[in-house]
Formats: sequence, C-alpha cells, structure tokens
Amino acid sequence: MTSVTGLLDLRRTVPQKYIPVMVTAGLFIAMFVAGGIRYEGFATGQIILNVFIDNAFLLVVAVGMTFVILTGGIDLSVGSVVGLSTMISASLLKDGWPAFGVMALVLVIGAVLGLGMGAIIHYFEIQPFIVTLAGMFLARGLCYTISTDSIPIENSTFTAIAQTRVDLGGDMWVSPSVLIALVVVLAAAYVLHYTRLGRNVYATGGSEQSALLMGLPVARTKIAVYTVSGFCSALGGLLFAFYSLSGYGLSAVGMELDAIAAVVIGGTLLTGGSGYLLGTVLGVLVLGLIQTIISFEGTLSSWWTKIFIGLLLFAFILLQRLITARRR
Amino acid sequence: MAAPAPILRMSGIGKQFPGVKALDGVDFRLLPGEVHALMGENGAGKSTLIKVLTGVYDIDAGEIELEGRRVAFSSPLAAQQAGISTVYQEVNLCANLSVAENIFIGREPRRLGRIQWKKMRRRAEEILSRLDLDLDVSAPLSSYSLAIQQMVAIARAVDIDAKVLILDEPTSSLDAGEVAQLFRVMRRLKEQGIAILFVSHFLDQIYEISDRMTILRNGTLVGEYLTSELSQVELVGKMIGRELADLEKLEGRPPAREAAPLVEAELLGRTGAIEPFTLTIHEGEVVGLAGLLGSGRTEIARLLFGADHAGTGALKIDGQAVSLRTPRSAVARKIAFCSENRRAEGLIPDLTVRENIILALQAARGWTRPIPRRKQDELVDKYISALNIRPANPEQLVRNLSGGNQQKVLLARWLILEPRLLILDEPTRGIDVGAKAEIQRLVAELSDGGMAVLFISAELEEVLRLSHKVGVLRDRRLVAELDNDESLTTDRLTETIASGAIS
Repeated sequence: MTSVTGLLDLRRTVPQKYIPVMVTAGLFIAMFVAGGIRYEGFATGQIILNVFIDNAFLLVVAVGMTFVILTGGIDLSVGSVVGLSTMISASLLKDGWPAFGVMALVLVIGAVLGLGMGAIIHYFEIQPFIVTLAGMFLARGLCYTISTDSIPIENSTFTAIAQTRVDLGGDMWVSPSVLIALVVVLAAAYVLHYTRLGRNVYATGGSEQSALLMGLPVARTKIAVYTVSGFCSALGGLLFAFYSLSGYGLSAVGMELDAIAAVVIGGTLLTGGSGYLLGTVLGVLVLGLIQTIISFEGTLSSWWTKIFIGLLLFAFILLQRLITARRR
Repeated sequence: MAAPAPILRMSGIGKQFPGVKALDGVDFRLLPGEVHALMGENGAGKSTLIKVLTGVYDIDAGEIELEGRRVAFSSPLAAQQAGISTVYQEVNLCANLSVAENIFIGREPRRLGRIQWKKMRRRAEEILSRLDLDLDVSAPLSSYSLAIQQMVAIARAVDIDAKVLILDEPTSSLDAGEVAQLFRVMRRLKEQGIAILFVSHFLDQIYEISDRMTILRNGTLVGEYLTSELSQVELVGKMIGRELADLEKLEGRPPAREAAPLVEAELLGRTGAIEPFTLTIHEGEVVGLAGLLGSGRTEIARLLFGADHAGTGALKIDGQAVSLRTPRSAVARKIAFCSENRRAEGLIPDLTVRENIILALQAARGWTRPIPRRKQDELVDKYISALNIRPANPEQLVRNLSGGNQQKVLLARWLILEPRLLILDEPTRGIDVGAKAEIQRLVAELSDGGMAVLFISAELEEVLRLSHKVGVLRDRRLVAELDNDESLTTDRLTETIASGAIS
C-alpha cells in the first residue's frame, strides 16, 4: 500500500515523461547495490568504468539507434556495419594505409550507407525494417568478400589507442574509446535537445503527417537519422576494432538487437517521439552490468545474460504500455 | 457603417476535376475583423475553395487578391507565409511535444543554432495569453483536451502573423463548453482585425459566431448574406435548393407499438467505462441516447455489440440470456453497429463502394463461400438506390465520396445483413443537412418496418425527432429514461443532462 502511494506521489512531483528513465536509473542502482552486497570487490568505481570500457562501441551504436527509433523507425543494419567497419579497417591497415585515412574512410562509408538506406526508406516509402534488413545482409556479405578469416590489426596508431589508459586518479582508468563514446553521447544529446534537427526528430516520431503539415522538413530529418545511425555504426566499428585489434566478418553479429534492447530499456518508445539519450546510456549500462554480475557469479553460463535481457525487455515493454495507456 | 476594403478577394474562381466541375465562377471576399461562414452541402465546393485558396490545388480560372495584390500560392506553406493559415478538423500537431514547441517548431528562437528554450516558453505564454489561455507551456500537448489542442493550433496559426485564419470544421468533435471557449478565442482574434473563414455543419454555431456568410451549391455561388438578415430556414433552403419539407415530414412520429422486447440489458456495466445500466429495446423501437461527449454513450453501444466485455450484469436477446464475447457473436444475433469513427473503424477507403458494402455480409458467410458477383451487384445496386448514394457508381473508391455518402455506404453494409437491432453512433456528424435528413428518414422507415434502432447523437433535436424513448447519460451513468411524449423538449433534455436527474 505504501509503495502504491509512494508511486502516486512520485507521479505528481515528477513529470510523467521522465518516469521510464528514472525506472531504468533505479534498476541500475539496485543492480549495483545488490552486486556490491553479494560479491566481494564488486562495489568499486572501476566496475562501472569497466562496463563503459567493454561497451563503448555498443553505446555509440545505441546513440545512432536512438535517433532512428525516435522517428519511429528501426535500423537493423548497425551490427553488420560495425562488422564491415572492422573488416575494412583491418584489411586496409594491412595494406599499409595510414591510420587516420582509414578511420575517415570508414566513417564516410558508414554515413553513406545510412544515407542511402534513409533515402530509399523515404522516397520509395518502404518499411525501414525491410530496407535495413537488406542493408544488414549487404554489409555482412561485403565482409566476406574482403576475407572469410579474422585479420589482425598491427598498425601502431590502432594498438596505441587500444593500449592507452586514461587515468582518472584513485586507481581508476578508462580507455580512449570511452571518452570518444561520451563525446558522442554529449554531442547527440545537444543535437536532440537544442537544435532544430533534434526537435524535428521528435516531431516526426510524434506524428509524421502533422510534422509535414506544420511545414517541417520531414524528408531531410528521416534521411538524416539513418545517416547519423550509419555514422555511429561505423564509429562503433572503429571502437570495436580498437577493442579487439582485429577485423572479422562474424564480429558484432546481433549487435543491432543489443542496441535496440538498450534503447528500449532506456525508456524510448518504439513507436517514436518519446525518449532520452540519458535513458540509452543507462540502458547500455544495465546490459553491461548484467554481464558483469553473471561473470562474478562464475557458475552461470553466459547465456543467462540473454535470458535476463529478455526478461528485462518484457518488463520494460509492459511498463511503456502501461504509461501510454494511462496517458490516453 | 462603411465596409472596410476586403483583405481577400477571389473572383470568378473555376476548378475542374476529371469529369466534375468542382467550382464554377465563384466569387468570395473576406473583410478584416469579420467571421465569415462558408456554407453548403457536402460536395458543394467548400473544401475545394479552401484548398484552392491555400495552394493545395491550382485554379483553372479566376484570380485571388490578397490585400489588393494578385497572388497564387504553390503550397500551403507559401500561403502560410503570406498570412493565410488553416486549422483543420483533425488537430495537426505533435501531441508528444510541449505546448510551446507545438506553437514554435520550425521557427524556434535560436542563437548560433541553439534553441533558446526560455525565450520560446515566454513567447508562447504571451501568445496564449492574447487568446485568454493560461496553460503550462512546457507540459506535453497530449495532457490537454482536444479543444485546447485546437486552440494551440490556432495560436500557432496566428503567430505566423496571420491576416486570414481558416477554421475548417473546428467544432465537430468539441462539446458545448469547449465550443464556447473556442468562440471566445475567435472573438478575440476578430477584435485584432484578423479575418476568419469558418466552416461548420452546426447551424446554431454559425448563427452565434458569424457576421456574414457565403453559400455555395454544386460548385456555384448562391450568394453572400449578412447572418442577421437570413433566417435558418432560408439558409437551409438556399443550401439544398429546396424547401425543408423533407425534414418537417418526420415530425409527429407514430408512437412505438407495443412489441416484444428484443434486447434487455440488466445492470450491464463495465468498470471504468460505464456504470451498470438497465435498458430494454423493443422491436421497431428507436431508443435515443443523449449526453455529452464522453458521458458513456459509445460505451453502451460497444457493450451491446460485444466490442467490449461486460463486467457485470446480464443481457437477454429475445428473452434468452446471452453473453456477447465478440462482435462476431453479436452479428450472428443480428445486431449491427455503425461506429462513430467511420474513417478509422468502419470503411476501408481504398476499396470500392461495392466491396465496402458487401464486406459484412461476406464476413458473416465466411471466406470460403464467396458471394457470386451477380448477387453482389444486385444487392449493391438496391442499396445504392435505396440510400441515394451519390455518385451511384458501385466501382467508385470510397475515399472519393463525400462524408455523407461514406456514412450511407457504412449504413448499407449493415443493412444488407438485415439486422434486428441497428446501433448508430453519431451517424449524422459532419454531414450536411440534406444527407442528414435522408439518414433520419431512413431510420424512421426502418423502425416502422420492425427494426429496433439505438440512436446516438450529440444533437438533441435529432434524438428527439426520431426516438420513441430517450436514455440520458451523464458521467458514465444512465441517469434517466424518458418517454418521448408531448412534454419532452430539448430544454428538458438539456436540464436532465445538466442536473443528472429527471426534472
């Protein structure tokens, strides 16, 4: 009974739009506290930083996915684009290309792939699901035309980035990838909240028809979000290459689903128009922390990660349903 | 008083669609600071005139002058930038964004590309206060009623320095209080010198708010009149081009015969939708339901049709207890339901008239037993002529029909099943007087033929004219059941709705 009235009070003081994000934040804190009580050496800052280090690429990919989902779309190609990016990087580096040239090229390829898919989705009015599914097969297939084997990366710039530790004091450190991911998150949050493009993303997700009638550039917005997502996937691919120091056609298989799960757990509505980037960050952290807890548990197989993610997704979709139902 | 120079003048406007002359030599003018009603039946050319004005269509003949300058708009956006804004029947805003954003999106105050939220909120508050509205501008639009949303749409429209504001049926889904609020806003805008073009099917509203009206019929101009100099009867006569005799004929309905009860609902109810109610509908009886929007009228209909599950109570049809779990079981017991929302829940716009009409019958037979084409044509022709559906072409796509004719197609679909109880939820909303009279007459004929009808309408006169018995709803409760005899008037109905008790 008290918990019910507590929830009611919460609803009166906090605007309803923040509730999904707060639920995710509460879940994250609860998981961290529970882990700290159960396992020795768990409740340290480095544990959270490790989650960031291990999931920096996912975070960047999920940021792009957030843009797409906010417009009410979906991008299934991101995992394959991550894989393709690692392959292109590894093979070009092996051929002796300069590191920064490779990075720029990979980012451009990702953005162009996204742009193409966005244009097809908009101008031919085809479901994003189908178009990005095609993009997914295309990018994955291209990986194997490069090589069917894993290609190690021995470029000095890449290995330097991979091995650098940025000290934060108190024995805590992060990788440069984490910093890159955080910059992406902050930039994306700024774009979503403080620029016309960002607001048009929300408007398009709220009602595409109305956005058109209000004179907003819906075409440009829709194409832009897929371009952003393609760019983020390519950047995520570079971070993944730093992380694994190899390129492999089978890497990041199914990462699109992890990214979608993170976005949904972060409280963004799949129908579009509602959600925050902070939620996506928390979503990625929750997914990462589940893995950490399962590795601390030691006896559980890693498939339990999937089971927990599945259960969480169910719970969060139901929560969204309840909130939208009440709003009506 | 010398009339000021018109801000907008359209002369000799002609517009041709394949096979139809939608507008032919129409003149129209709009003075600053007036509310000008555009009147006419569905298909008279009102929407076409508005679309021509706002740049949705090109004109084939004639010219448009805005403030003395000749203009031709290539798109609604261009018209908007020239000072002609339109607010449509459906609110075309994004309910997920805040009130302030909905007013400003697309032209937010910015500095170095950064949106200045504080300034935006402050200016939104200013604009709304000019319209006598005090809202929390950072709250999402979805937290406000449809009426408020409509007014936010108007605020957005007038902020673009509007000289002409077009309101296309803004009141069709508002209740009386909300309409009053909208009219206050309109008067306020009028004082500011904005010319308002107002389209509505509610004659009372036209007479309450408009100063002047232009009447169209079949794409031609009938004339321009001062509202104060034209009586309602004359107006309707000019709109439909014939006298109101058709409407009058319905007066003095024969009392319902003593017939066997067809549907008996006993303490039927559903938590959160409608309090338990008891209602008996006899064969050949028209039962009207009156009440405000959201008072539970539609909920009763949905329970009787099995679209929602009843939480409590019992339902008897022909004296036998039944439980309607799905609309399918209701259809099997010869109950038909014409929903309020004909676009979303009833008709399929991309199918032809014939396909739409035949749909329910085909569904009842099951897909494995298709109705022979010859039988289909026969049935469809019969109902097209019985209901006077225009154009009388069974292969026309339903999306190309006017609202009144769409409603008739929906009716035909259910009538083909020969239901014993026909539930009509707002069958005459948003359709013109002529079609309205036809539908009303049809209801009367059907009930004379022994069909029971549950008739839901926001227009009390209509309910009163047709019903043998009126159920009054208030706050999701059936508060009274009144026999429609001499003593029952719209005033008494209004009082009952307002007070929640039999007066």
